Amino acid sequence: MSWLLAAPLIAPFLTAVAAFLLRFTPLGHWVSVGGMALQLVAAGALMAVVLDQGVVAAQMGGWPAPFGITLVADRLSAVMVVITAITGLAVAVYALGDVTRRMEELGYHALFNILIGGVTGAFLTGDLFNLYVWFEVMLISSFGLLILGGRPEQIDGAIKYVTLNLVSTILFLSGIGLLYGMTGTLNMADLAVRVPEVADQPLVTVVAMLFMVAFGVKAAVFPLFFWLPASYHTPAFAVSAVFAGLLTKVGVYALIRMFTLVFTGDVAFTHTVLLWVAGLTMVTGVLGAAAQMEVRRILSFHIVSQIGYMILGLALMTPLAIAGAVFYLVHHIIVKANLFLIAGVIDQAAGSNELKRIGGLYKAAPLLGLLFLIPAFSLAGFPPLSGFWAKYVLIAAALEVEAWVIAGIALVTGLLTIYSMTKIWGEAFWPAHPAGIEPSLSAIPRARRLSLMLPIAALAGLTLLIGFLPGPFVAFAEASAAELLDPSGYVAAVLGRAP
Amino acid sequence: MAGAQGRNGIVAGWLPVAIAAALFAFFVSLAPEVAAGRAPAVSWDWLPSLGIAFGFRVDGLALTFALLISGIGALVLLYSNAYLAGHPQYARFALFLTSFMLAMLGLVLAADLIALFVFWELTTITSYLLIGFIHEDPKSRRNALQALFVTGGGALAMLAGFILIGMAAGTFDIAAINAAGLQAHPWYGAILVLMLIGAFTKSAQVPLHFWLPNAMAAPTPVSAFLHSATMVKGGVYLLARLHPSLSGTEAWLWSLTLFGGATAVFASLQAMRQTDLKQALAYTTLMALGTLVLLLGQSTGYALTAFAAFLVVHSLYKAALFLVVGCVDHETGTRQVGVLGGLLRPMPATALAAALAALSMAGIPPLLGFIAKEIAYASAAQSFAPLLVAATLLAANVLMVAVAGVVAIGPFWQRARGPLPKAPHEAPWAMLAGPLLLAALGLGLGLLPGPVQTYLVDPVVLGALGPGAVPAELKLWAGVNLALVLSGVTLALGIAVWLARGAARRALERALGALPSLDAGWDGFMDGLKAFAVWQTRIIQGGRLRVYMATMFVVVAAAVGGSMLLRGALPAWPDLSDVTPQNVVLLGLIGAGSVLAAFTGSRILAMAALGVTGIGVAMTFIVFSAPDVAITQLLVETLIVVLVAVALLRLPQLDPTGRPSFRPWDAALAAAVGIGTTLVLLAVLQQPLDLSLTAFFEAASYPEAFGRNIVNVILVDFRALDTFGEIAVVVIAALSSYALLRTTAPVWGRGPGGTRR
Repeated sequence: MSWLLAAPLIAPFLTAVAAFLLRFTPLGHWVSVGGMALQLVAAGALMAVVLDQGVVAAQMGGWPAPFGITLVADRLSAVMVVITAITGLAVAVYALGDVTRRMEELGYHALFNILIGGVTGAFLTGDLFNLYVWFEVMLISSFGLLILGGRPEQIDGAIKYVTLNLVSTILFLSGIGLLYGMTGTLNMADLAVRVPEVADQPLVTVVAMLFMVAFGVKAAVFPLFFWLPASYHTPAFAVSAVFAGLLTKVGVYALIRMFTLVFTGDVAFTHTVLLWVAGLTMVTGVLGAAAQMEVRRILSFHIVSQIGYMILGLALMTPLAIAGAVFYLVHHIIVKANLFLIAGVIDQAAGSNELKRIGGLYKAAPLLGLLFLIPAFSLAGFPPLSGFWAKYVLIAAALEVEAWVIAGIALVTGLLTIYSMTKIWGEAFWPAHPAGIEPSLSAIPRARRLSLMLPIAALAGLTLLIGFLPGPFVAFAEASAAELLDPSGYVAAVLGRAP
Repeated sequence: MAGAQGRNGIVAGWLPVAIAAALFAFFVSLAPEVAAGRAPAVSWDWLPSLGIAFGFRVDGLALTFALLISGIGALVLLYSNAYLAGHPQYARFALFLTSFMLAMLGLVLAADLIALFVFWELTTITSYLLIGFIHEDPKSRRNALQALFVTGGGALAMLAGFILIGMAAGTFDIAAINAAGLQAHPWYGAILVLMLIGAFTKSAQVPLHFWLPNAMAAPTPVSAFLHSATMVKGGVYLLARLHPSLSGTEAWLWSLTLFGGATAVFASLQAMRQTDLKQALAYTTLMALGTLVLLLGQSTGYALTAFAAFLVVHSLYKAALFLVVGCVDHETGTRQVGVLGGLLRPMPATALAAALAALSMAGIPPLLGFIAKEIAYASAAQSFAPLLVAATLLAANVLMVAVAGVVAIGPFWQRARGPLPKAPHEAPWAMLAGPLLLAALGLGLGLLPGPVQTYLVDPVVLGALGPGAVPAELKLWAGVNLALVLSGVTLALGIAVWLARGAARRALERALGALPSLDAGWDGFMDGLKAFAVWQTRIIQGGRLRVYMATMFVVVAAAVGGSMLLRGALPAWPDLSDVTPQNVVLLGLIGAGSVLAAFTGSRILAMAALGVTGIGVAMTFIVFSAPDVAITQLLVETLIVVLVAVALLRLPQLDPTGRPSFRPWDAALAAAVGIGTTLVLLAVLQQPLDLSLTAFFEAASYPEAFGRNIVNVILVDFRALDTFGEIAVVVIAALSSYALLRTTAPVWGRGPGGTRR
């Protein structure tokens, strides 16, 4: 069991070392691809076992919980690790055609693998302080990836990114200290047992709010999302794709984990706050996107908006709503990472990401057009794509508890999402190129083109698969929601005894 | 490849036609079974845990639509192959159009509301791609987006309604929902409103109609197929589909009558005003949609018969007329009423198709259009407000007669008004087959209405009203009655209006031109939306890190302070009896450092003051007997002060005066966060501390982990994974710094912004 849980962590870190040593050779990026494939195998094995046996846990170093550090995987963790590996593999292949030699020599592949390792660690750890450590690993490695290339706007974005995220770090650390002071434990399953026993429950709520803000920054919710639109349009496309897919979702994951496992004593307060946050995040994010005229800036604001949907699922806290949040997470990572990958191809084919300076892609590259429309319409919630089911489940969950206003907000946000997606379509694809040139994919060398388009096609295929056959995926999300809403299995697996 | 038709290739050019024709044949073969009252169905689980199935059911209503969709689809695809012969993007066009047809079939055949929605949106997407087909024209793009946005928005309301229906009825199966009915459910009002929004946007009812005339930016076959014969009837279909579970209430009656009636009259006035033939037809389509909604609202046997008959006849003649206009446009290069004329000789077959279709549209015997109109008039007499309904129908039908004249007489029978852009000649056979066949059907089925009655009308009426309903009989001669009188009046007035068409157009131009334009309102709305989005984004995401930081700390203060007050988590007043003078001195040191850092204008001094604070904290650790932590803290503080001071010395001095500036807001914010943190900490310290972890580490450190220094053992054994992660952090930080230094040249001494690489 130990190896099963540790393998998805070990793979990227070992790959990082190998890629770093080989960074001056052409082998470096293939090591990265191989490492991600390995990671995917490890994640798949973990998923198979979780599906078979339920929650699995492993005590690192053999120290029993809560004394050592526990790695634990329930359905949510397992699916997040799988989707991380899928995204990682897609981006690693894409990087073959996107990341420059210079960036590779400066350690791109090592940083990338460590980032994936950090994300995986965050999904697998059962220890609050250990989660903090993985957050730091993610923060510093993503900073390194952000500045690779060294253009002034990259530095500007990276400084905002790091500064604002450090606030989250401080709050997280303070929260951990305070929670430890109240319960004497850091193990999340143990916290689930001990937090309800704390005499001063109102104080627990206050500390919960501290965590909400700390993770809210990571998840980029309103009004804490500034770091995201300030930085995501600046780095290499491969980098922004992996960021867009995974980073905020770690924050969402942490929110879901803590506010279903530990902080469930004052749902009327905490989850009402979350509901407001969800609504405001959806609206401000989608309006932010409507104001942009650059592909990656539009997409960045849409991340924010979409996070609101996931928070909505958590805030409603019903089985259907949590299932919706889990489904949304998975769908969103695939679609969002893919759109950023496509933004990179748009940039290579048409010469820019500024909508006013590009065009002609529909005529010249119909395949790219199709591959754009799949994730774009999925993001906007058109059926029968994955995003439709994601929104459907959440809106049904909201209507089920007669939360009319938030259901309305979710619907209108979907409409405004259509607006932004068709803006990209209507500026980059349909009109002729303003400079009169014919953008062309075939101008990109064949091998590079293949490594760019292959992951895009694969992710679009996944979007279609989830869209056409939503049954198993929704069933999985519902089983995951059942686990989250009744954490006794999780606690028992970690502590080795019934709660 | 011989002939214009060959240029699009077999696969793109002919395969879609074959698919559509095969589907049509298939649906024809189902007709006897459906007419006998059976409804063949198939169904698969799709999302079983949410009660969503993927299934089709062919009842009378579905079959009527399916026949129209596949039949007209085959003819339109045949037509398109010639109309867009040799177009470089024909393969895409055929793909979109065929996809649309399949989606539309799915929509009308779906047995499950959610499956219906899926197909509904697929028609929206394909419609978007087809309206924008002439994609380098900004107007096409704008109109495509408008159609997508209006119908997409309506669809979202409809989705909410579907979910409510699903919850109210406990199923998404349409037949089951209709069997139970929704009229008595407390959510009925909300459901009806949401359904109407969905239906009225798709079927372009006033005031949500404005996107439809703009959708004519699509190539003409698209207009004929989507925006006249099929897709825009989706909303009407929805209302007919849910008729058993929604109709019969006052709200249903009035909303459908008023919106349908207003649309019919408004649209026929607009149609009369147009000078572009395609625009005129677009508005007559609106009129038809309004009439269909109006008839559905009445819910009588006559009204439903008129609905079904008019549905069929309109699809036939309107598709024919659009295709005729497409021929005219294709062969002459214009669609302007004021220019066209004299086409009878060069284009006799087109003229024939136009004449037959227009006769049906004008409702002149012995065409099917006449019968449909008769029954509509007869139904008015039975309705809840005979005068209102009859007057509405009369007004609309009069104008239809006039518009039919404009479309079918002007271009062909009148003398040419001037040189045409292209010398006209007859369209190729593939473009004539559709309009001729459709127009001839209007005549044939008028003479022999039996099959329409048996296979199309009766099943629809019985499906909507239940097996006990009595459909009206379709016949050319029903005796001298009110309906016949009204028909006569309609024809007479219609001819009069046609004769005075110039004056009528000018009068309408003045009257309707004065109305506020919803289309311009749409542009204003979109501009407003954009402006609002830009405004809110400038406020939220202004680009200044200082503002971002301040906002975040405001949130922190609000979250902590707010929850503390709202949840009553304030700490008790602390016990200060064991405070020593030593503590007070240390507190003073820490406080003085902080205050100095806040108030000084010199960066170096601020840094040093923060160092003092840090040292104060380190000394606090000593006082509370944690010398190892204190040493670490001291080292870190010293290093930070030195390193940051070195960095600061290299930075340019932005404010040469170095004057301290006082920012009251920042001070208040800092105070709020500080006080909040202190209060939480006090409250936490008042809780009993559980030391079981410490106890375990003390007990297990030496015997089990073989280390005497407990902190070290925690770091390298108990929590080795943390340490591993932190080591990784340090390594990456070094790696990142290296990369940063290698990729960017120092900012100073170079041009602004450093160098690019």
